[in-house]
Amino acid sequence: MSSYEYRRYPYRRPPELEGEGARRPVVIVGAGMAGPTLALELAARGVRTVVLDEDDTVSVGSRSICQAKHSLEVWDRFGISQRMVDKGITWEQGEVYLRDRAIYRFNLQPEPGHKFPAFVNLQQYYVEEFLYERCLAEPAIEMRFRNKVVGVAPHPDHVAVDVDTPDGRYTLEAQWLVACDGVRSPVRHMLGLPFEGEVFHDQFLIADIRLLDDLPKERRFWFYPPFHPTNSVLLHRQADNVLRVDFQLGRDADAEEEKKTENVDRRLRLMFGPEARWEHEWTSVYTFTCRMLQRFVHDRVIFAGDAAHVVSPFGARGGNGAIADVDNLAWKLALVVAGKAPAALLDSYCSERRAAARENILNSTRSTDFITPKFPASRAFRDAALTLAPEFPFARALINSGRLSVPTQQLESPLDTPDRDGDWVGGPGPGRAMLDAPVGNGWLIDRLGRDFSLLTFGKDDVGPVPSGATAVPVAGNGLAWQRYDSRPGTTYLIRPDRYVAGRWRTYDPVAVNAALDRAMGRSHA
Amino acid sequence: MTALRRTLNLARPDGVYNAIVDAHKGLSDEQCRDFDARLILLLANHIGDEAVIREALKEAAAT
Repeated sequence: MSSYEYRRYPYRRPPELEGEGARRPVVIVGAGMAGPTLALELAARGVRTVVLDEDDTVSVGSRSICQAKHSLEVWDRFGISQRMVDKGITWEQGEVYLRDRAIYRFNLQPEPGHKFPAFVNLQQYYVEEFLYERCLAEPAIEMRFRNKVVGVAPHPDHVAVDVDTPDGRYTLEAQWLVACDGVRSPVRHMLGLPFEGEVFHDQFLIADIRLLDDLPKERRFWFYPPFHPTNSVLLHRQADNVLRVDFQLGRDADAEEEKKTENVDRRLRLMFGPEARWEHEWTSVYTFTCRMLQRFVHDRVIFAGDAAHVVSPFGARGGNGAIADVDNLAWKLALVVAGKAPAALLDSYCSERRAAARENILNSTRSTDFITPKFPASRAFRDAALTLAPEFPFARALINSGRLSVPTQQLESPLDTPDRDGDWVGGPGPGRAMLDAPVGNGWLIDRLGRDFSLLTFGKDDVGPVPSGATAVPVAGNGLAWQRYDSRPGTTYLIRPDRYVAGRWRTYDPVAVNAALDRAMGRSHA
Repeated sequence: MTALRRTLNLARPDGVYNAIVDAHKGLSDEQCRDFDARLILLLANHIGDEAVIREALKEAAAT
């Protein structure tokens, strides 16, 4: 029923079946969005990986669709983000309706001067297709399709992974195993790790359709619309003229009945009117949970993405949170594998990304509670905010149909050097994501080094910079200066994952060196 | 005389909104009413400006 053509990726008989093959520095389980992104990031840093996936094609059906700016900035390093922008639907505006009335419009990126938009809507199968293409062209990455992990045995200096293939079972040894194997993570189950959190009972119907008429480009969210008066409806446009329609059904709906084409068509007919024509792409009924592992690093087994934490879909924090995980992990793991940083550096992956997961779960739970109030007073306050919204701008800010994914804050990370100069009035402080800005004829994010970057404002030549850092002088007095609250001499140390590790009013090589050591886990100032 | 503020005056609106809603969790309808009465009186006293309070009363009744 899908218009997307699923190609099959080639299976090759693994050399381990002939008794060949050595221990691998990093083995990644799962070729969703996170696994291949991690493999590409590691390859860029000279670390070879094997990626194991149980099937031989990309994600089937309806998965993530909103790819956030901070994810596009990651994928841009591999030259595929412009393809995503070209293929996908760029949207920045959204509209919220109460009954038959538009009560609130929002713009996610009110300021110009960023290379990438706030979001691009692109189905996960395209994202995976573009990632696979790059991985298959990369000699340092071995993509092993139809390789299913059936056993995991941790040892002090490696992890032994049992893998089933069409030609039989083999064992692969890894110094580090990274489980990017999704919400039902077989690796997590094999290690018997509890995955605790909150279960939500509201059911939602997803109908991905190709509407053969005019397509709205912006995100729309309805509370109690005339065509579905008891609940909410979300509408999102995707590539290939596909629309995602998401109907809230309530707790007591009969999922099997609701999924029947004639019942879905009846709902769509009420929504789009008697003249509309469509074709079905995908239909499903879902519920969701918010859960998180106690620790993301278990000795030599590391968890990332949905395998480590799962949120409700409101806010596009699943896929984008997974990409932020592997962006945080890749440079640290590469330093540890190369022996340039102690393994304890990976503890900061756990603490930083657990804090991020908590923030994502908090935000998505608040959205969930707003969309599906759990008790009468909660519904009364929700409806009060909706009723006040047309006349009172403050009430519009309370309407929570999903707080869309932006980089989380990593405050108080042991890797960051706190501000010493007390006169900052703006700019991203330590633990916050860097901000893009136009610089010269291009963009600040394009000037960054693969490892650490040292932004220096108004100084063309700061002399030799510490090894592991790339000097990025910012001349002129443009937008970048405003965004970084800069004066001549202002210096920012940016981590490889584009977070600020420290900043100073004057360039001080000793302070920068100390901050760099601290950010690489080599000392704690 | 100050007019009733219409624009956002909260640094973290989601946090405040959820604190208010969560304070009602587990209360009966009657307990909610009593709770809200106390809350409104506390906030009205803090605002202090009778004109603002009267305008808010009017707006809450109108919408």
